[in-house]
Amino acid sequence: MKPALSVIFFTVLSGMGYGLWCLLGIALAIGAYPHAGTGVLVPLAFGFVLVTAGLLASTSHLGRPERAWRALSQWRSSWLSREGIASLLTYLPMLAVAWYAYFGSAGFGLRVAGALLALCAFATVLCTANIYRSLKTIRAWRAPQVLPLYFMFALLSGGLWLWSWLLFTSKGATGAAFPLALLALAVIAAIIKFDYWHAIDALPANTAGHATGLEALGAVRAFEGPVTEESYLTREMAFVLARKHAARLRQGALALFAVLPALGIAIAVLVHAPWVAPVVAVACVAGLFVERWLFFAEARHAVAAYFPRFRG
Amino acid sequence: MTSLPAPAKKKLGLVIDLDTCVGCHACAVACKEWNDGGDFGPLADDDPYGAEPHGVWFNRVHSYEIAPHPNPPPHAGEEKVRAAHAGGGGPVPQMVHFPRSCLHCETPDCVTVCPTGASYKRAADGIVLVDEDKCIGCQLCAWACPYGAREIALPHPKTSTSDSSRKDSKRGTMQKCTLCVDRIYNETLDERDRQPACVLACPTRARMFGDLGDPDSEVSKVVAERAGFALMPEFGYRPVNRYLPPRPRRDGSNATGATAAPATETLDAGKLPPLLRWLDKALSR
Repeated sequence: MKPALSVIFFTVLSGMGYGLWCLLGIALAIGAYPHAGTGVLVPLAFGFVLVTAGLLASTSHLGRPERAWRALSQWRSSWLSREGIASLLTYLPMLAVAWYAYFGSAGFGLRVAGALLALCAFATVLCTANIYRSLKTIRAWRAPQVLPLYFMFALLSGGLWLWSWLLFTSKGATGAAFPLALLALAVIAAIIKFDYWHAIDALPANTAGHATGLEALGAVRAFEGPVTEESYLTREMAFVLARKHAARLRQGALALFAVLPALGIAIAVLVHAPWVAPVVAVACVAGLFVERWLFFAEARHAVAAYFPRFRG
Repeated sequence: MTSLPAPAKKKLGLVIDLDTCVGCHACAVACKEWNDGGDFGPLADDDPYGAEPHGVWFNRVHSYEIAPHPNPPPHAGEEKVRAAHAGGGGPVPQMVHFPRSCLHCETPDCVTVCPTGASYKRAADGIVLVDEDKCIGCQLCAWACPYGAREIALPHPKTSTSDSSRKDSKRGTMQKCTLCVDRIYNETLDERDRQPACVLACPTRARMFGDLGDPDSEVSKVVAERAGFALMPEFGYRPVNRYLPPRPRRDGSNATGATAAPATETLDAGKLPPLLRWLDKALSR
């Protein structure tokens, strides 16, 4: 599949924002968040910027962005529609948390708003992952690892920013539990992603013989495409570049989104080095851009089997 | 509404005979011509007379070379096969031309994934259509289709055309075969012309149009007689269109029993946009 930058920005940035909101919401709901007022508003606003930037980026993938509101209507059948609704609904508990934080009331209302924020953010990431998981034509996206990975990457990338904020505002006085949980998340996400890459490499090829239903007659080879030029289908769904360089890009992504954050967390837990946190948070985002680029570019669409350029 | 309608009794569709198709592309051209000017036209193009023409076609004809099984089972024409082999090389490959268009599936995901209700299936006759006034151009329906039936009218064409004002209403929306819904019910046309343009244009009558939901229709009969098949049924979309397989050769060299051998994938770096070409070069080091 063609890796469209708009969709990569959308899934990475919005995912990060929702992950940040989700963890902040949980911390507020269980009363474990150490700050009030500005200490809540700053990460909340940062999440708002990430989520909104991602959603705006996604509309530039549309042929008719001015009609985006129409996408809210078919929630009965379409995960994209559900995602649109969930993403807008999530702004409501976000506003409630902002209201309670601004007016300094840290009681029951803030806890409920925090819980709702976490729940809505979680639901939105669920819908995002299911947009891709629901496409039967792209077998790589049907893999069971896809859904947990979307959650883990959202929580990991958002969590690293929340941890950075806590380190700077608490002057290093935060407990080790949260960063160690993030470290575990990075390791588990890396293992599952490794397993995903292994699984998609083992997927059998889509063949022209199967696509045409003629395989019983012999070895079917695409002799000639319908046109000599590229078409929408070959541009969009027969993207080959990534698979040629997959091994190196995968190593780079893994190093950035898992290895560096894990090392950074270990360093910050052992010695007082708060500056490490934002550095590894940025590394993680960079790694996720590569990871998401590969998620699209490596995925083979069933229709590509009809075309001569595509072999196997 | 992108939920699917209750299954209809009437299933309008096409039957395509891969035995008689000669790959002349007349169906594709007639389709482009009709849909460029009919009620749904024009079909958006990008740079149609330039170096890299690009545009929407509802119907595309592929050509496949089929290398028959190297050891065909003992058959009536065995001696002829041996004679053909004596000339060197293996069995003579067979060329099959393969027109590809919307199959008007009974339970397609291209309809249910649509977030706006623009992609829909008609309850009365099963034709799958796109409402261009509702389509936001998210392309999820094209991603959901394994048959490559949908192509988007590019939102930002490189060149403007004379009828750009009419084309603008289509820009950025998904386009697909309408089964010539503006022909088949068109009472201003002669009755024998109320068929899809591709069917009328075919010089070898390799395309047939009819109701595949009616077991007594001409199309259903020919499907039963010639073992017509549906493409990639494992997706569960239940295509309505059927393909008729090539008839066996007299020498039996295309007898069934072989499977396709996957080859390797290639990348032509010269065709990539500059940024990706640089990336390819950088990563190739």
